Amino acid sequence: MTMSENSQLEIRNSKLGEEVLLSVKELGTEFELRRWVFGRAGFVRAVDGVSFELKRGEAIAVVGESGCGKSSLARTILGLYRPAHGEVVFEGKNLAGLSGKDLRWYRSQVGYVQQDPYGALPPFMSVRRILEEPLIVNGAGTRTERERRIHEGLEEVRLTPVQDFLPKFPHMLSGGQQQRVVIARAMILRPKLLVADEPVSMLDASVRVEILELLHGLQQRHDLGVIYITHDLSSVRHFSDRVFVMYAAKIIEKAAVRELIHNPLHPYTRALLEAIPDPDAENAATLKAVPPGEPPSLVQPPSGCRFHPRCQEFMKGLCEVKDPPEFEPRPGHFAMCWLYDKTP
Amino acid sequence: MSPDPHKAKVVMSIQGLAESRIGVSTETLLRVEDLRLHFGTTKGVLRAVDGVNFELEKNHALVILGESGCGKSSLARALLRLLPRNVQTYTGRIFVDDLDIMTLDDERFRREVRWVKISFVPQAAMNALNPVVRVGDQVAEPLMIHSGLGKEGAWQSAQEMLQRVGLPADFLRRYPFELSGGMRQRTALAMALVTRPQLVVLDEPTSALDVLTQANIMNVLKEIRREFKTSFILITHDVATSSELADRVAVMYAGQIVELSDAARFFREPLHPYSQKLMASVPRLRDDKKLEFIPGEPPSLLSPPLGCRFAPRCPRRFERCDEEPPVIEVKDGRQVKCWLYEEEVSSSESLVSSSQPES
Repeated sequence: MTMSENSQLEIRNSKLGEEVLLSVKELGTEFELRRWVFGRAGFVRAVDGVSFELKRGEAIAVVGESGCGKSSLARTILGLYRPAHGEVVFEGKNLAGLSGKDLRWYRSQVGYVQQDPYGALPPFMSVRRILEEPLIVNGAGTRTERERRIHEGLEEVRLTPVQDFLPKFPHMLSGGQQQRVVIARAMILRPKLLVADEPVSMLDASVRVEILELLHGLQQRHDLGVIYITHDLSSVRHFSDRVFVMYAAKIIEKAAVRELIHNPLHPYTRALLEAIPDPDAENAATLKAVPPGEPPSLVQPPSGCRFHPRCQEFMKGLCEVKDPPEFEPRPGHFAMCWLYDKTP
Repeated sequence: MSPDPHKAKVVMSIQGLAESRIGVSTETLLRVEDLRLHFGTTKGVLRAVDGVNFELEKNHALVILGESGCGKSSLARALLRLLPRNVQTYTGRIFVDDLDIMTLDDERFRREVRWVKISFVPQAAMNALNPVVRVGDQVAEPLMIHSGLGKEGAWQSAQEMLQRVGLPADFLRRYPFELSGGMRQRTALAMALVTRPQLVVLDEPTSALDVLTQANIMNVLKEIRREFKTSFILITHDVATSSELADRVAVMYAGQIVELSDAARFFREPLHPYSQKLMASVPRLRDDKKLEFIPGEPPSLLSPPLGCRFAPRCPRRFERCDEEPPVIEVKDGRQVKCWLYEEEVSSSESLVSSSQPES
């Protein structure tokens, strides 16, 4: 009934293997804007210079506002978008070089949990059929073998009794149950990496915790790497080990979850944390500090640091001129902000 | 492009806000008695709102908290008489300033109540703006209809209101598609406020918005409330955001209000087992508390359970729960629809709330 505590998380952290499962280097994803049919009107740089490593069995969260590029990052890692720059390396294999059988292997190794469970499930397929499809496509075993795995899969997401759910169609299930089917489908080929793009944002509060806990359980049992994409920072602490904050196509801060919440470094992260209320009647008596303006266009992002037009700590002559690199002001805590430049 | 750099820095404590919350005026603005709204469907009668009672004082904000399908949006529509065609039952009494608006015919209701006394920001209002009509015309329209102002005067007022909600004056000439989600939400808010109603009903005003935009809109609502002394009914599923505005909280479950309490006490110590479970399921940023969830699902409103509607999922269920609990007023003026509080009854089966004690 309850989420695993942070102390447990920390113990698990120390036990994490050092083996790198996924490595993303200087990744960039672009979408071309066309004027009429042939004319180019520029590019939307949805992901720009993103680098990180994910260890086997590690859960990371990517937090950001809508339009910051977090879903594009997820879909590039999944191989649904082709990166314009940089590379995605999974278990030592570069995604760009994969094709045919290898690409199919990669896709069996990564599971995808979409945001809108109803939209992600084909309405004309029964739960049995939805779960069987990936097994058939990947030629997994005989009919009885497939049946056994479907049963296991549904039991694992606690859709029991299994027999009741197998013949049902998506519209006959509640939102929470639909999301469990999506998770079961993502897990049915026993992937090593799960990409969950806002898996609970469409669900009610009381169901959210259940689904997050389910994902957490799967992660621990299967030593699964998880990339959890969300806009909700308060749900992050109950789930992931590290958190990345994304703003205007870049990851501007990386830290362990508790470290980030108690010690935010980047001015944007600070503003974000400031804006998130905890339920308390005292909130009504105060106004929140909100940075002015809105996130920039990704077609022509601001020069230098992309947050500089909204930033409280803006340093003229520096922030709008030079793009800040990643600094490490505290061990394991990275921020892309000139405030932390210690070189004279 | 927010024109409000003044509220960029530091968290400001607003004197007026704090005062207004203590309840300087306790004059009742709205009183709802036994409101029912049932829909006829092919599967039977759907009891979306099933016997709701509450009161709202002037310049107060009531939050109606509930999960999807609990009837909270139907309650909003029942208050404004914005009903679909398949209504089967629509009964009860709604007093605004001692006028029972349920007795008015549709034409009088439109002329005297909707947008005059009570206005409405529907769910996803920002996506409901007319894409081919300029923002100024849309915001000015209610004024031209209800106040009989000419276009010039109405545009003038519309411009003032846009500035109040934090949009620059030249936005009057823009079209909705030129605006971001947060700006369109402000536009919808300006549309609701432009006739200076006493009460604004907001249905999930921030649920599709980003965290920073959300905080911004809540700031605007707090300022509007202080300045215009408007009352708000805020309908939401988001417990944390609801605390930004609430004086009182009504928790809705399966078409009924199961708890009605002042915000300060509610957020500290919810009474109804459903409220307790709901609060325990909210992730908190600054707290390591274990999260809980509520097993099972809300009942169908086509055939709700006979006794307490939460009983099938309730961890504290006992024999008595097979009977429907009355609304029990516990000693500090809070109301809860749960048998657990039977001993604490001070005035039994009181359906109408007494005014809120000072906190």
